[in-house]
Amino acid sequence: MITVAIDKSADDARPWIEAARPAHPSLIDTTHTLADRYNIVNVPTILWIDERGRIVRPNDVAFGTDTFKSITGIAAAGHLAALRAWVRGEAAAIPEARVRALQTLPTDDDQRARAEFGLGEWLFREGRTQAAARHFARAGELAPHDFTIRRGTMPMRGMDPMGQEFREMRGAWAKAGNPYYRPLAE
Amino acid sequence: MSERTFTIIDDGRVAVLGAREGAEALKRAEAEGRPVAVDPEEGAAYLGAPARARAAALASLEAPDFTLPDLDGRLHSLSEHRGKKVLLVAYASW
Repeated sequence: MITVAIDKSADDARPWIEAARPAHPSLIDTTHTLADRYNIVNVPTILWIDERGRIVRPNDVAFGTDTFKSITGIAAAGHLAALRAWVRGEAAAIPEARVRALQTLPTDDDQRARAEFGLGEWLFREGRTQAAARHFARAGELAPHDFTIRRGTMPMRGMDPMGQEFREMRGAWAKAGNPYYRPLAE
Repeated sequence: MSERTFTIIDDGRVAVLGAREGAEALKRAEAEGRPVAVDPEEGAAYLGAPARARAAALASLEAPDFTLPDLDGRLHSLSEHRGKKVLLVAYASW
């Protein structure tokens, strides 16, 4: 297992990592390197990668516990059972054609949004917070489904990612008929 | 007064260029089909990765490698885990 915190600083993720004391690599991604390589647009996102380094389960939404089940509607048990069966070699892998069919690949606007994020992130670190906020906002316009950008940059824009601004964003998104989490259709 | 500089952030590398050099670097990146974010007032630009390249890499199903630090700053790469099954989990404090 490899866990990656998509956060503005190591200190944001530190309390969780120190409490969990993981034996696996527990990494920090402040520049959205992983999101860029894997087209990750929200958290949690999980993937399965086999011994040969092949993606055998593309981006999916899965939780380790049922802590947020009442909010997300996603139970942990389904993924955990499938994961155990895969690790033990009891379940056949998803056929490659099916994995490809289930993938969501990045568009030009997704990558333009990530470039805007990248510039904003650099400006933020340079102390140019107002300029940074312009680029974070532009990134969110280009990729309104990308909550690693829209929600993940809130702490860099003086907004509470658990607060009113987030609830309004999520409410507007849902009202327009869009799901906040997109688990794989199986 | 010194000539205005232009900062280019390219794949994590930061280069401070002269204004003309910076404009040329942007033109080159755009010609290569790369997404470019520019802030003329700040004199800075970020060169991203083209959707075509990222999409092709994912569609190949060869898991893209990455290298990231842990809390102690020690770097880890996905490729170090070859030969083992990997559950990759992206999460956040938000």
